Amino acid sequence: MDLAAAILWVRLLLEAAFRLGPPLLYAALGETFAERSGIINIGIEGLMLTGAFLGFIGTFSTGSYLVGLGSAVAGALVLGLAFAFLTITVRANQIVVGAALNIFSLGITGFFFRTSYGGLTTVRAISIETLPLLPIPLLSDIPFLGPVLFQQSLLVYLALLLVPLSFFIIHRTALGLAIQAVGEYPRAADTAGINVYRIRYLCTLIGAVLAGIGGAFLSIAHTGTFIENMTAGRGFIALAVVILGRWNPYGVLIGALTFGASFALQLRLQTAGTQVPYQFLQALPYIVTILAVTAFRSRIAAPKALAVPYTG
Amino acid sequence: MSGLTVRASKPFALSALSHPWSQLLWDGLVLPALAVGSGLVVGGIILQLAGYQALPAFSAMFTGAFGTVLSLSTTLLRATPLILAGLGMAIAFRCSMWNIGAEGQLYAGAIAATFVGVRLEGWPPLLAVPTVLLAAFAAGACWGFIPGILRVRLGASEVVTSIMLNYVGIYLTSYLVTGPMREPGGTFPQSSPLAAAARLPRVVRDVLAPILNGLGFDVQLPNLRLHIGILIAIGTAIILHFLLFRTTLGYQIRAVGYNPVAARHAGISQGRTVVLAMLISGGMAGLAGGIEITGPINRLLQGFSPGYGYEAIAVALMAHNTPLGILLSGLVFGALRSGAEFMQLRASIPVVLVFMIQGLVILFIMGYAARRLLRTGG
Repeated sequence: MDLAAAILWVRLLLEAAFRLGPPLLYAALGETFAERSGIINIGIEGLMLTGAFLGFIGTFSTGSYLVGLGSAVAGALVLGLAFAFLTITVRANQIVVGAALNIFSLGITGFFFRTSYGGLTTVRAISIETLPLLPIPLLSDIPFLGPVLFQQSLLVYLALLLVPLSFFIIHRTALGLAIQAVGEYPRAADTAGINVYRIRYLCTLIGAVLAGIGGAFLSIAHTGTFIENMTAGRGFIALAVVILGRWNPYGVLIGALTFGASFALQLRLQTAGTQVPYQFLQALPYIVTILAVTAFRSRIAAPKALAVPYTG
Repeated sequence: MSGLTVRASKPFALSALSHPWSQLLWDGLVLPALAVGSGLVVGGIILQLAGYQALPAFSAMFTGAFGTVLSLSTTLLRATPLILAGLGMAIAFRCSMWNIGAEGQLYAGAIAATFVGVRLEGWPPLLAVPTVLLAAFAAGACWGFIPGILRVRLGASEVVTSIMLNYVGIYLTSYLVTGPMREPGGTFPQSSPLAAAARLPRVVRDVLAPILNGLGFDVQLPNLRLHIGILIAIGTAIILHFLLFRTTLGYQIRAVGYNPVAARHAGISQGRTVVLAMLISGGMAGLAGGIEITGPINRLLQGFSPGYGYEAIAVALMAHNTPLGILLSGLVFGALRSGAEFMQLRASIPVVLVFMIQGLVILFIMGYAARRLLRTGG
């Protein structure tokens, strides 16, 4: 392979990483807010799946991406509110409620997809045009970086903009300070006049909405179709991304793009026809996740009150 | 108030048997029944909204779960892997290890059971069946060991690692049945059938009928698919009940889960206990996979589990992680699945509905249980 071909290969890989990374980035940024306030929501897998389903169905039936996105956000909000109520107000175990949310989402999306758009065992293939790319004038002409960064869809740009915004909110505003206080030492935050419950509700809902958008990204911006259980563990990988990113939005960005690249690499190797059995390539992102959370001993960086219900 | 905090954050008390009977009755029967009822009602409303007749659908579901001898047999057949894997989840949850990896552990057990099972032609069944099941348990234990040791040694979140291993197990199975373990000369992605000696005996044909005939009764019994796996499940539930509540290891598992700091001060090695709990937990899920292979399925197929590993989480939680309670909750979720399969045939309602109802049931259980805590404690 000559140099030009190698550069092209890397460029295509990076382009794909910026298409496959954003669903993880949305979900992981949202989860960063939730975990910073002391809430671990493993239900984001289900929230993403719900977002993917509603995003697709909304767009498919009205032809409007905005309606699709709106339905995804609305669905995620409803489930996020249920999660918040059970874990924050009722103080149920967060892992258990998250697991229940995942099972529920798998069931309800599968049920409505089959009853509305398919048979009992077979599913009619339906699809929509994926979200159009929106090249940014001038910037998209930059060699190499242009196509990677500036010839993407609106939802990719939004995801990238959310990174500095999230960092700013968490690290540079009074609200962010309150979030961190609630996640580290809720009793002290409470004493200082911060409403622990309100902050946790807010962060859980931010997490839910972003997970819903991340899921909708998968169906309306990436594949243009819905498949049962199409998130295939991306919500769980987003949990790992938060750990790798050490609960910092910029770290999360790097983590999400790394996993985006590992998904992209896996797909490219499959189509390139290597000798490696395709199942090994499919398993690659999941193995990388295990290695990554193992290699980064970041339990120390975790918010101290993570997963601990607060009794005011 | 501090007592409430502990209770609310650690919903699983140190000993299930120290509660007064009235509370045991409430937690063990009334709340789960209420939750199942609520889950079915909400499920029914959703069915109705989707344009189905909920009552005929649920009537079909009931028939499919309990209506005939055949459906009862199917209910028990579906309950078997749920009980076994559910028992495994309870052991891990008791130790505060959130093992969400039962599905992968189940596949690991199935792979090992198949690998051993196809090689035992000519063995006496009394030796072959335990060998296969032991292999399944061992493989599941290995799969469960990984998140356990990574947690203990490197602080890696067992939630993330165990879930990731689910996908690894599923893809590994897919690779094996399309590659090295594929039936020689076969066209389908499946392994060879197991040796006859390695198959689990069926309850009616192989156990009940010979006994009755031996006693001189000449009765014609239906040849049901129900195999002795259900008896193994009941047996292991009893064993694990004693392990959890009557042995040192069981006490250590509960102590580490209930209060790791106190457990450490009492001289209990947290690392050793967590790893042992994960070995047993994964082993039970592996056993569930092995029993599916040696029982109803008879060979390794890709995607043979309809999500038993995820349902097992619900089974354990509904029983508040008590082994004997899991016999009941496994039966309930087995009935739900068996009924839903019949409903799909009869009323054309997709069987994935069970996941929705299961999710609702857990959410209702968490809601109801915590509401009581709030009322009595707060």
